[in-house]
Amino acid sequence: MNIENSSVIPDLDFDSPAARRGRKFRALKDKVATVGIGLGGVSVIIAILLIFFYLLYEVIPMFRAAEAQPWQQNGQVVEPYAVPGKGKTLYMAMEEQAEIGLRVTDRGEMLFFSTTSGEVIESIQAALPADTSITSFALVSENSHTFALGLSNGQALVFKHEYKSTYPDGKRVILPTITYPLGKDPISVANVALAQLTVSGNEGSYALIGGNEGNLKAVFISQTENMFTGDVELEQSTTSLPDLGIKIKKMLLMPDLAWLFVAGEGGKMAVVSLRNHDDPTITQVLNASSSKITTFDLLLGGNAILLGNEKGEVSEWFLVRDEQGSWQMTKIRSFDTGTSPVVDLAIEHRRKGFATIDTAGDLRLYNTTANVNVLVQRVADANASMITMAPRANALLIEENGKLKLWHIDNEHPEVSWSSLWGKVWYEGYDKPEYVWQSSAANNDFEPKFSLMPLAFGTLKAAFYAMILATPLAICGAIYTAYFMVPSLRRKVKPFIELMEALPTVILGFLAGLWLAPFMEENLPGIFVTLLMLPLSILAFAFLWAQMPKQIRWLVPDGWDALLLIPVIILATWFSIAISPSLELALFDGNMRHWLTNDLGIAYDQRNAMVIGIAMGFAVIPTIFSITEDAIFAVPKHLSYGSLALGATPWQTLTRVVMPTASPGIFSAVMIGMGRAVGETMIVLMATGNTPIMDANIFEGMRTLAANIAVEMPESEVGSTHFRILFLAAFVLFMFTFVVNTMAEVIRQRLRNKYGSL
Amino acid sequence: MNISAKEWFKSGSPWVWLNAGAVAISIIMVIGLLGLIAVRGLSHFWPADIVQGTYTIDGQSKKVIGEIVETHEVLTEQLIEAGIKIPDDNEFSIRHLLKIGNRDVNGTDFTWALEHYFEDQTRPVMLFTAERREWGNLYGYLRSLKESGKEISHYDGYEQSPEYMAMWDELDKRVERALRIHEDILKIEKHEIGSINYELERLRLKERGLQLKHVEDPAAYEAINQRRKQLDADYEGLQQRLLDLYTEINRDSLTAEVAGGQIVEVQLAKIVRIFRPNAMGIGQKMVHYAEKLWEFVSDEPREANTEGGIFPAIFGTVMMVLLMSLLVTPFGVIAAVYLREYAKQGFITRLIRIAVNNLAGVPSIVYGVFGLGFFVYFLGGNIDDLFFQAAKPAPTFGTPGLMWASLTLALLTVPVVIVATEEGLSRIPRAVREGSLALGATKFETLMKVVLPMASPAMMTGVILAIARAAGEVAPLMLVGVVKLAPSLPLDGNYPFIHLDQKFMHLGFHIYDVGFQSPNVEAARPLVYATALLLVLVIALLNMSAIAIRNHLREKYKALEM
Repeated sequence: MNIENSSVIPDLDFDSPAARRGRKFRALKDKVATVGIGLGGVSVIIAILLIFFYLLYEVIPMFRAAEAQPWQQNGQVVEPYAVPGKGKTLYMAMEEQAEIGLRVTDRGEMLFFSTTSGEVIESIQAALPADTSITSFALVSENSHTFALGLSNGQALVFKHEYKSTYPDGKRVILPTITYPLGKDPISVANVALAQLTVSGNEGSYALIGGNEGNLKAVFISQTENMFTGDVELEQSTTSLPDLGIKIKKMLLMPDLAWLFVAGEGGKMAVVSLRNHDDPTITQVLNASSSKITTFDLLLGGNAILLGNEKGEVSEWFLVRDEQGSWQMTKIRSFDTGTSPVVDLAIEHRRKGFATIDTAGDLRLYNTTANVNVLVQRVADANASMITMAPRANALLIEENGKLKLWHIDNEHPEVSWSSLWGKVWYEGYDKPEYVWQSSAANNDFEPKFSLMPLAFGTLKAAFYAMILATPLAICGAIYTAYFMVPSLRRKVKPFIELMEALPTVILGFLAGLWLAPFMEENLPGIFVTLLMLPLSILAFAFLWAQMPKQIRWLVPDGWDALLLIPVIILATWFSIAISPSLELALFDGNMRHWLTNDLGIAYDQRNAMVIGIAMGFAVIPTIFSITEDAIFAVPKHLSYGSLALGATPWQTLTRVVMPTASPGIFSAVMIGMGRAVGETMIVLMATGNTPIMDANIFEGMRTLAANIAVEMPESEVGSTHFRILFLAAFVLFMFTFVVNTMAEVIRQRLRNKYGSL
Repeated sequence: MNISAKEWFKSGSPWVWLNAGAVAISIIMVIGLLGLIAVRGLSHFWPADIVQGTYTIDGQSKKVIGEIVETHEVLTEQLIEAGIKIPDDNEFSIRHLLKIGNRDVNGTDFTWALEHYFEDQTRPVMLFTAERREWGNLYGYLRSLKESGKEISHYDGYEQSPEYMAMWDELDKRVERALRIHEDILKIEKHEIGSINYELERLRLKERGLQLKHVEDPAAYEAINQRRKQLDADYEGLQQRLLDLYTEINRDSLTAEVAGGQIVEVQLAKIVRIFRPNAMGIGQKMVHYAEKLWEFVSDEPREANTEGGIFPAIFGTVMMVLLMSLLVTPFGVIAAVYLREYAKQGFITRLIRIAVNNLAGVPSIVYGVFGLGFFVYFLGGNIDDLFFQAAKPAPTFGTPGLMWASLTLALLTVPVVIVATEEGLSRIPRAVREGSLALGATKFETLMKVVLPMASPAMMTGVILAIARAAGEVAPLMLVGVVKLAPSLPLDGNYPFIHLDQKFMHLGFHIYDVGFQSPNVEAARPLVYATALLLVLVIALLNMSAIAIRNHLREKYKALEM
């Protein structure tokens, strides 16, 4: 290049309008980019944080208290209206949409009325025989819609209220009707007036029990359809009940027609077994209440009794099988109540819940499984006499002073409470309080069991067994790789083991479930021998190696020992597995599984915690290995050189100098590994039986929180309690791993700063 | 003695050896696992010999024909305990798992056979295997060929003869013809009729949309009806052609004698492949192997996913991963650039960095739950309300699908990209940036022309790692869009060509589903191993390239730092 030529100053104007425009444009571009990147960056970060808030958003409604407000129709509060019809109310009910109510009076009138205005839609008079009056009322259950009226001549009539929806002109019209499941003719129960009556049963078989003290009769009715004519024929059998010895207030019959519960004066309760229809026996008479019993009802499903008394106490009772195998009526729980006498109690149609109203006019809503009182609200003055719950539990009809008032109830998730999620709960049909996860079943009156304990336990169990395998292997491996291995080998080994981390867990899970689990079951003794043989054979080989002449030993330079060990380990494993059948024959009579189950009483599942331990351990090893290795390798070399120079052996240097310095890093590695084990889904899903049991037994499976979500989430109804509890499970997982990882990260950063100063 | 045990222990070297052992065990575990998958996955395609023998148990003998799949050594005592009569002169007995096929005759595909009772084992060259579209494999002797129900050739012996070979060659030709027709049928059914149905559905939605908008103009409806009539006519034509093809394909059938001596008639239309493994040489077997391997990666699954190929699963995985990387790359890079270059470095930034880091450790199923709740039900539901009123009540985007799966996985992997990009950005020396700024470039120009190009390998690493993670992730997908069998691919010739709302198949889920939910796990197992092998290969390749890029990057900046 010629200097002379370039020395001529070019005629450049940096302040031309074009240049200024250019600069302005560039400045603008810069500013736009700054804003854009700022916005983009912040929004990505917000999107990530959204996970946290969204999970919370789905979980929180579960913990909201219930609400009750006067019903609003077209923005107008529905005012109380006079009770339709005359006479005393025996029973009230509402249909599915809570638009139509039914009132049954003591004159045998059945009035269907609009729940918002009280206008009578239809009135049906029960066909009472001449010169009789109604003396008693009995309900099969709220959701069966079936009830009976007891008459003064000892007969009874059974009715069912039904509703049909039609859509003429695109508008819904609900038509109420009364049907007669046992025919229109009265059924003779006793030869005295039916002062007391109870009825129960379902399609095909019913029982009515009625009469008065000392003269109780039970009528068992079975319906059979005549094959030729299609007529329903009734077959009846009548039995006398023994004298109960108490003054009867109310009787309840279980739906299976096997037990009769009688509430008597003075807080007494009698239990009568009808399992043998011809020979009813009194099994128990107990003091159930310290004061007068005011309400006595069957909970949804008909297995449990709710008993309210004059002191305002409400308690739940059901039959529990004792050690001798006999059924005992047992008080399961009492509810948190006020002190005024309970006037009426309404049972929910779809959930194990109920509502009470007391003489003070306080409405209370409860759930029995969760043992929670979700609402206390004064809804009436002191004269409330009856409450009725709509089938969807979204409306409540209250009768007070001859007026009816409709209330709107917002009570979406009463099943959830701290005790139902994390505590032992005494479920119906169980002998004692237990932790159970059972979210759904085929029948409608099922009691959902939402205890997260078995799942949390399963999660920790799986993580624990995985960590037992992974921690020692990964840490020891990392120590060797970082501290003893020659660098050239280290550069290959480290990425290789880190590659394991990328291995899809679905592959590990599938191998664990389909290959490892059967393999381990077949070679159970061999697996245990391997565990013993591996360290022993390594030590034995190492000792022999130390005895070798130097010429041979020097063939393999320091830091390559791991490669030497590979054939040793393969041989040892092969040997252990090969002698497995012989060992099984010699020690365990040919079948170790049988021996475990029969002689030791340890249950054995093919897909068990040991399989999980190995498979998930495999998934966790690279995580722990990689971080531990980094931590050890990052320990400044001059520390170990100093130690070695002072005469310490390499092992001493490692344990006394390097490890203490690296220990926070190792701790954080274990934490992160643990976080991974806790959240792992596919391996546990595929290699455990997914049974939510609480048992630490290594030979049994478990169900983890993560696997539970994967199994149940697709089937759960959006917005239901089950759905939200699964969100809660995800939230718990999220928080757990997040906290654990943050702790680990903070420790790691501290460590890094410390090394920086060294 | 070189060294005494006591001294040896004191020196600490046993512990060093034990640590070395831990490394060795880890390495063996990885290699063993990969080896196991490779051996089991690859051996599936090899045409196994068919063994014929007499199996006598409890005084009854029967002829058994099948492939030996597995051979075990079992303790004789365990067998006796299980109620099997066997002389206990040997401590161990050999037990084979035989694939006897002919599910339509036997009810099952597999049977266990004790070597002790399995006599006269031979491998007759005349035995043939027919892979069928239903009922699994058929093993037997070819007995006759039929055309339109009439026998055209017949052979009864068990020895090879020219007549038999002639019949076999004829069969070969006819199977090929049936396969060609089958392809035509498939083309019509899947593509032509498929697209007509698709358009009809779109017309229906259009009409419903017009109704919802209260459009009264009859011309609009008329146009739709015109088109519909035309499509219906097309459909009729195709239907006729299909009928013709079906009569064509159902013309030929074969009869074969199976192990029990029964004669089974099979339509050639139902046959995918016929071969006589015992007569094949090593070369032929290798060709067969290659064909099967190709079928595996390029064909659709048959028989509830237990046979055939996994092409839709490969395609679905690739689609999903591509979409995901399209989403994750810009967002991840912008977030990283913001955190490293624009945000004020302080406590908050550090906190965010830790949070982002930790999100990589949050269990993937949590993302799945989030994706289902937020993307599918919340976003999807709202999108349906706004834009897809016509299709309601059937959800369009308010149900799990490809787009939501990609978004969920993008969210899952965005921390990976952020962390990797940030690392790349932090490695770029300050001097480079300052040089650029000193020359008058704006911050944005410095970023675009200097910093980002230098950090691009790091970004690549991040994206590749994200892809590798996404390709292997199954748990969240189970909630947001994966299905065991998708009727069509998410990319096809029907407008708008890419169907983001469709459900798709995925390799990882395929493994889970076929391995654990399949009605015939034993038959499906080899296929699962092969699928697993493919997945491992893809992911290992991706990871290795990420590592290579990372190393390359480090080398590059080593030079820069000087």
